[in-house]
Amino acid sequence: MYVTVHQAPIYCYTGGQPFDAAKPTVVFIHGVLNDHSVWILQSRYLAHHGYNVLALDLPGHGRSQGDAPESVAQAADFVAALLDAAGVERAALVGHSWGSLIALETAAQLKERASHLVLIGSASPMRVSPALLDASVNNPEQAIKLVNVFSRSTLAPPPSALGPGTWVYGAGLALGRRVLASNKTVNVFYRGFKACDSYSGADAAITQITCPVLFVLGEHDQMTPPKAAQGLISAARTSGKQVQVVMLPVGHNQMTEAPDATLFALRDFLAS
Amino acid sequence: MSGYADPGFDTLCLHAGAAPDPATGARAVPIHLSTSFVFESSEHAQSLFNLERAGHVYSRISNPTNAVLEERMAALEGGIGAITTASGQAALHLSIATLMGAGSHIVASTALYGGSQNLLHYTLRRFGIETTFVKPGDIDGWRAAIRPNTKLLFGETVGNPGLDVLDIPTVASIAHDAGVPLLVDSTLTTPWLMKPFEHGADLVYHSATKFLSGHGTVIGGVVVDGGSFDWDASGKFPELTQPYDGFHGMVFSEESTVGAFLLRARREGLRDFGACLSPHSAWLILQGTETLPLRMAQHMRNTQKVVAFLASHPFVSRVGHPMLPTHPSHALAQKLLPRGAGSVFSFDLKGDRAQGKKFVETLKLFSHLANVGDCRSLVIHPASTTHFRMDDAALAGAGISQGTIRLSIGLEDADDLVDDLKRALKAAERAAAAQP
Repeated sequence: MYVTVHQAPIYCYTGGQPFDAAKPTVVFIHGVLNDHSVWILQSRYLAHHGYNVLALDLPGHGRSQGDAPESVAQAADFVAALLDAAGVERAALVGHSWGSLIALETAAQLKERASHLVLIGSASPMRVSPALLDASVNNPEQAIKLVNVFSRSTLAPPPSALGPGTWVYGAGLALGRRVLASNKTVNVFYRGFKACDSYSGADAAITQITCPVLFVLGEHDQMTPPKAAQGLISAARTSGKQVQVVMLPVGHNQMTEAPDATLFALRDFLAS
Repeated sequence: MSGYADPGFDTLCLHAGAAPDPATGARAVPIHLSTSFVFESSEHAQSLFNLERAGHVYSRISNPTNAVLEERMAALEGGIGAITTASGQAALHLSIATLMGAGSHIVASTALYGGSQNLLHYTLRRFGIETTFVKPGDIDGWRAAIRPNTKLLFGETVGNPGLDVLDIPTVASIAHDAGVPLLVDSTLTTPWLMKPFEHGADLVYHSATKFLSGHGTVIGGVVVDGGSFDWDASGKFPELTQPYDGFHGMVFSEESTVGAFLLRARREGLRDFGACLSPHSAWLILQGTETLPLRMAQHMRNTQKVVAFLASHPFVSRVGHPMLPTHPSHALAQKLLPRGAGSVFSFDLKGDRAQGKKFVETLKLFSHLANVGDCRSLVIHPASTTHFRMDDAALAGAGISQGTIRLSIGLEDADDLVDDLKRALKAAERAAAAQP
């Protein structure tokens, strides 16, 4: 379905179920050069198990119009505005990679309106190498391939989205190219990476959230190595938050390399 | 596999999609000869049926052994996923049936395998799908043949029987200007010789019976999606972009931004038409993929020697291989197929039907049969076999002479193949003198 936010139509996948704000809502926020479809095996399940799901395409990405966010703070303002526009009072926020920073910043802003926070493949700070930033502008095809290589941990992933027979790394490349091509005016690859690289508010934001937080990290993640999330985890614990950490034997493609394990971690956390 | 670079082609041939079996430690891919797979619970069953979770239910729809082959072929082609089918013809039918129904139109190359021509020209016409055939090199013809109801452009990487090389970049561009995808039959070239997605094709299929399995032991097919075609932007494919009543109103292009075709092909095409591949056959094809680079290299080396021999033989009037500068597709082949244009080709004897028969019957190493892409060298004489009912004029119309011979060069010692051909050519030449 589409929700109008700041005069722009924003696409939200609802998991094959009608939107119903009366149910507990889960908002899924994708990372750089991704869209709602990276969440299919988590969002569709939850939508058929009692949740109201909004897996969005960020503004200027995929099916959504509007200006692509230039910063994590801007993206968080957008998510808050989306919830208002959709009439959602309270929601769990689930983000992957860049999306995890947006979810965190949104939760800090929304306070009690955020029921749960799930940070998948997260890090603080989430630095992007100058070489990769440069390649995202000057040689995006090479940069997409580099990200794909750094994100995976196996040549034999389990049955995943779209189902058996999917070569998830080819699908990742194709999605990156498609999302990049979806915005004719802005290089959303560079803009997303730059937003990650320049965000320094994670440690402060985690102390401001009022909901429990779950970290889902990949043991073999080369994009956001688990050690890069330890400071954030410590800050959350030190400030008295309810913290859970789930380690998965995968890389940065948690949702496709470990679709069931990621889903179960989410499902159990949301039910707790 | 973590690392700093994409694995190479040879590595993917062995490892893509496969890991040691977690249950038994088996290093080779196990053959999962099981029709169905146990549900952990009723809730698990429901989730699998509703595509909330990924997994295997019933082997007509998916199977763990087949899935390894599918992932491997997608990796080798540079695609997003694949579906294995009972044959190459089944892969072609699945592709077409997923994209269109009655009232649709296809533009196809004239240079096609006979089975594909039959499907398009006769059978699909009966189901309301029309095809306009265009010579592969007639670029204006491709453009002119497109109608408002055209849904697909289709050709072979190297066309039957003359090995016309399809100008994939140009034909793909024409297809995309018209908002339709380009489907390519890559059977004779395999991803070792060419990856059609890199040149603009959107869907690729193979008769895996041929070089992929490589040993003449199995019938199978596979269709691979490059994930690049934007079905929503095209607006011509409601099958993929509008709610599908046959699957709970699912909109395939919303479920998967890049995989809508494969979703519908599996969830409708395999489910309803049922042309699935046996897991045992999938395993045999997997065995073939593991040695594909080694075999293709040898196929090309042998073909080079055989073509050179035939091209210089006085009893041979024509050799139809794009590696020769005289072939109309020579320049295009050098651009698109730098490793070679395959090991299946035809040549003409300076003789009649009887001499053609004598040639084939004299060969010892070449097997006389109706297949190509075997590890063994194969031969057929169309005028006395596949096209024996045609008179000389009809043969000429099909680009075949009385003395046309089709070869599929195998992996034997090239010198032995040349000796075999030399002996048979001599016998055929003498057969003319012996005739009254």
